[in-house]
Amino acid sequence: MNTPSKRLLAAPILLALMAGSAPADTIRVGVIAPLSGPFAIWGQQFQQAIEVFQAQNGTEVGDHTIEFLYRDSGGPNPDQSRAMAQELLIREQVDYIGGLVFTPNALAVAELLTQSETPGVIFNAATSIITQQSDYFVRTGFTLWQVTVPMADWALEQGITTAVTAVTDYGPGIDAENAFRSAFEAGGGTVLDQIRMPISTTDFAPFMQRVRDQSPQAVFGFLPAGPPTYAFTRAYNENDLQGAGITFLGTGETDETTLDALGDQALGLHTAYHYSAAHDSAMNHAFTAMLAEMYPDSVANLASVGAYDGAALIYHMVDVAGSDGPAAIEAARGYAWESPRGPVSIDPVTRHITQNVYIREVDHDENGRLINREIATIEAVPDLGLSQ
Amino acid sequence: MNTFLSILVDGIAYGMILFMISVGLSVTMGLMRVINLAHGGFAMLGGALAHWLIAAGLDYWSAMALAVAGTMLIALPLERLLYQRIYRMGELQQVLATIGIAFLMIASVNLWLGSTILPIPTPPLLRGALDLGFRTLPYHRIVVIIAGLIVIALLFLLIERTRFGIRLRAAVDHRATASVLGINTAAIYALTFMLGAGLAALGGVLGAELLPIDAYYPLRYMVLFLTVVAVGGMGSITGSFVAALGLGILDTAARYLVPDFGTIAFYAAMMLLLTLRPHGLMGRGHA
Repeated sequence: MNTPSKRLLAAPILLALMAGSAPADTIRVGVIAPLSGPFAIWGQQFQQAIEVFQAQNGTEVGDHTIEFLYRDSGGPNPDQSRAMAQELLIREQVDYIGGLVFTPNALAVAELLTQSETPGVIFNAATSIITQQSDYFVRTGFTLWQVTVPMADWALEQGITTAVTAVTDYGPGIDAENAFRSAFEAGGGTVLDQIRMPISTTDFAPFMQRVRDQSPQAVFGFLPAGPPTYAFTRAYNENDLQGAGITFLGTGETDETTLDALGDQALGLHTAYHYSAAHDSAMNHAFTAMLAEMYPDSVANLASVGAYDGAALIYHMVDVAGSDGPAAIEAARGYAWESPRGPVSIDPVTRHITQNVYIREVDHDENGRLINREIATIEAVPDLGLSQ
Repeated sequence: MNTFLSILVDGIAYGMILFMISVGLSVTMGLMRVINLAHGGFAMLGGALAHWLIAAGLDYWSAMALAVAGTMLIALPLERLLYQRIYRMGELQQVLATIGIAFLMIASVNLWLGSTILPIPTPPLLRGALDLGFRTLPYHRIVVIIAGLIVIALLFLLIERTRFGIRLRAAVDHRATASVLGINTAAIYALTFMLGAGLAALGGVLGAELLPIDAYYPLRYMVLFLTVVAVGGMGSITGSFVAALGLGILDTAARYLVPDFGTIAFYAAMMLLLTLRPHGLMGRGHA
């Protein structure tokens, strides 16, 4: 770790000399993400998307060379994230922080960003309030309200007026439940029952039976990705809710990295989300093709696009402001660009990404692979959580 | 009335899956008195093997058979090289050693197949559901219920009615005496350990619909297995069976009737029972 070259770089005097004399200084970006443990897929998706972005756009912006460093946050672990941010800022002298998968991890570094005037680009952590905790936060991910409200609106448009919500009993689940309910009832729909399922639930059959007994037109589900989502969609099928005319409404349940594991049971599930790897645009085709070329086993998902756009935003900030933190944040406000997910921009007030939300249905593509096929678009949706 | 029947049907199906997954632990932990926290690791290895074999083009049933056999083959050298030493350790050392083995298994599977879910697609035959009139019951669960009944019957016959069972009980009760009487206790232990690992693998594959296989499986569901064995009573196969069914029905009932309290009922029942009967439902009390 403590190689002589890094020690040289860390010495402020030498660094200042280098920045003054050499035309190509190095701007360092520290990415904090899970690189090991059960959530390691996040770090892997981030890293690969950034590599793809750099392969497409080079590593130089103006006079600056951009270098990414990675630090492991493990799972939801605020102390570890704070320690990693501290190390990146003080020892590695980074000019930007990126990554941040979990809300508590993002909240833990807020104060450090403010003190050091370092822009922090959140690739994922999805609670609305985070960007309020430091003026140096910008987010390229999404928030639950941002994707859930369009889901409720779309359901109403389809003539669905009764629904049951079934969410995992934890912070984001309750957030999703509130978002869905408020939008659904505001549009004239009725939520017949709100089921909160314990976080350790393994058998979802009883909940599905309970949903079925109330014969709603739709069930809105929200669960953490991975085994719970798998078992939940499984139970939805085994209890034949689709056959009983109960539409499945969700958000991130059909994530591309788990879609193959869900298998054909996922067919016909409806979700509202900000990115589908099957999005039909030249930009997205270029992104997914390059990803497939560099990492044949990988598939793009929300984490990839969060990191890819995070890198795009950092490149823009560096281009305008170099390593000047406050100027970089000013440059980010209102910046609009084309992303693999479609047209996006940074809201000047909330510093959260404004983006299209797509209603998708799981379907086969021409090669028989499962994809999230976009069937409707709600354009330029801001974060809807803060106004509530 | 419908709710009551639903609770019964879902509860028995869920309880049977719990039984299938923890019966192997009941064999190793209960009969051999080794606190094997790596038990879930064998279930995961079985599931991972089945996933890999099916991805390679094998059908469900042969993949399941090969996965169980493969796990038993992996268990044999582990028993010879590691567990043999672990039997003689104290309880705390056993816990530390076996959880270390669980971490090794997690890291190996993570390296081999990654950290995402490893699906084990069921054959079309198991995908439908039987119409019971008031509700439907997936065929898959019916198969699990039948498999659970077969396993408990065979285990009972093996332990209570065969020469191997007699030797096993002798070796477990007093290893030195059994040795003196000419019983090859090392071989008996190795075979029993392999049996436990094989049962774990079978449970892992059959239960994968409810408890999906991934690299972190052994830690994620460890408490579940240990609860079933603790409530059932160490060393009692029947105890595990009754405990698994009871806990399954109770947990399911709680989910139907008071979903907001969810898992509290499960753990409250465990605490109450262990307070009244510290050795479990059918524990023999000398563990």
